[in-house]
Amino acid sequence: MGVGIEVVDLNAWYGVTHTLKDITLNIPPNSATALIGPSGCGKSTFVRCLNRMHETNPAARATGTVKVGDRDIYRDASPVEIRRRIGMVFQRPNPFPTMSIYDNVASGLKLNGFRNRKVLDEVVERSLKQSALWEEVKDDLKKKSGASLSGGQQQRLCIARALAVDPEVLLMDEPASALDPVSTSKIEDLIFNLKNEYTIVIVTHNMQQAARVAENTGFFLMGQLVEFTSTNVIFTKPKDKRTEDYITGRFG
Amino acid sequence: MSEPSRVEVPLLNMQVAEQSRRAPAPMVAKAPAGIRRFLHTQTSGAVADRAFGGLMLTCALSILAIVVLIVVMLLDQSKLSLHAFGLKFFFRTAWDPVSGDFGALPFIYGTLVTSFLALCIAVPLALCVAIFIMEISPAFLRTPIAFLTELLAAIPSVVYGLWAIFVLVPMMRDHLGPFLAKYFGWTGLFGGSNFGEGFLTAGIILSIMILPVISSITREVMGAVPISQKEAALALGATRWEMIRMSVLRNSRIGIVGAVILGLGRALGETMAVTMVIGNNPQISHSLFAPGHTLASVIANEFTEATGDLYLSALIEIGLALFLVTIVVNSIARLLVWAVTRGKPVAAH
Repeated sequence: MGVGIEVVDLNAWYGVTHTLKDITLNIPPNSATALIGPSGCGKSTFVRCLNRMHETNPAARATGTVKVGDRDIYRDASPVEIRRRIGMVFQRPNPFPTMSIYDNVASGLKLNGFRNRKVLDEVVERSLKQSALWEEVKDDLKKKSGASLSGGQQQRLCIARALAVDPEVLLMDEPASALDPVSTSKIEDLIFNLKNEYTIVIVTHNMQQAARVAENTGFFLMGQLVEFTSTNVIFTKPKDKRTEDYITGRFG
Repeated sequence: MSEPSRVEVPLLNMQVAEQSRRAPAPMVAKAPAGIRRFLHTQTSGAVADRAFGGLMLTCALSILAIVVLIVVMLLDQSKLSLHAFGLKFFFRTAWDPVSGDFGALPFIYGTLVTSFLALCIAVPLALCVAIFIMEISPAFLRTPIAFLTELLAAIPSVVYGLWAIFVLVPMMRDHLGPFLAKYFGWTGLFGGSNFGEGFLTAGIILSIMILPVISSITREVMGAVPISQKEAALALGATRWEMIRMSVLRNSRIGIVGAVILGLGRALGETMAVTMVIGNNPQISHSLFAPGHTLASVIANEFTEATGDLYLSALIEIGLALFLVTIVVNSIARLLVWAVTRGKPVAAH
């Protein structure tokens, strides 16, 4: 089961650039939340702040409160702990090319010192089924490397890898933007199925995608959260003029 | 209640209508008329392409020719010794210029042992240096440390030899040697008398000399690991060391082996510094304290005073042996890489 995320006054910087300004929002548990906005608006920075990946860049810095479940991730935990509970899928599929498909999926658990072979087998199968990749790879789990798959399969492998540790939250940073339409629709179906069990936050450039998979949608512009409400409302009667301009394609 | 995520999106549909309402693109000045005409007058470039290809082929073949010529020269000049001892030369332990009895085995042994020792010391050290510089060091220390390691490669071999004679040899004799003999004597590797000059001293000086090569290539290879790979590990909750192991080292292992092979190549052929500290005694001894000789050091040491044609010829055959050892060791190393990576992906995407 997923947990909710509560963000209060989140500010982030890259060097001197102020990339996120006073972001406050509540992401409900067990639902998909989409973040849209033009390039450079801060939506990627925002999801990276949710699992403290933001600070892996030495020039980056963030202030404010982010509560995942009832834990303040900037105060009560180390980044390593946080990232073990919050899965992340990136824009470009990044399976470990030197590991087999099986080892890729098991890598998160093995990191945590998990060695029980039988349970590992189960988890790998379950995660690959969840990410709708099982049927395509079940015969060469240990024979083929993660890099030998197609782009869409690699991305689903990365999703399986993130799911294997049974995260409370799944962050997806434009997970389908490097994929063809068929793979994209597979990933979307996946998100649609997974959101009952996990809290999913997905950054996307594709507004139809946001409309298809997410209950709630937030619109970012120049580091600010302009509007955050139910997807239905934001695409039919947005309150803010800038939101309407963006989704009707007048800019961005 | 209706499914919130499958809503109709009227505003999105407006985008299509929007296209027709867009203002036409602003006028841009026309391209100069001559461009197309000029391009039509140009030849296909096939001749130039073929000439270029031929030139490159000649350059590539010249490398091959040089290698062949070296082998021919070595074989020709070592004829006397080849006739006298045949292939057994490589397995004979005798080295007696006075009675004209020659064999290469003690030198082959010396070369292999010192190079192996050098690798044992230099590889872990070089890896640590590279990991530190690339992943752990604060940014302001990165360049100075990298520069200093590279500087080690710029020091002439003979200077290393001098330093070893005045610093390393006494240290070996008075401190390191007795320590090793006391605590690791049971291995049998540190027996016998210790004069400070010998296999181990040569191995240590070699390790310092090959360290910069290995560490700087390892550094380059590690630098080529995509950030996305590091993020993959970090996002799974890897600590810094786990990230280095999972992403950086795993992805660059082939390149690291390449770096080690290059370092090994240098260690096998290194002459001056080794000659100055190995003790110059053609013997096969299991003790690393014992003085020895390498293929390269015996040539450097005895070439000028080689009296008699057979002696000279034997020394040149030693050169041939060095050539062969280098080829064999490199082939084995490459085979090893091939065996480890067979059927497995090599590079990060």
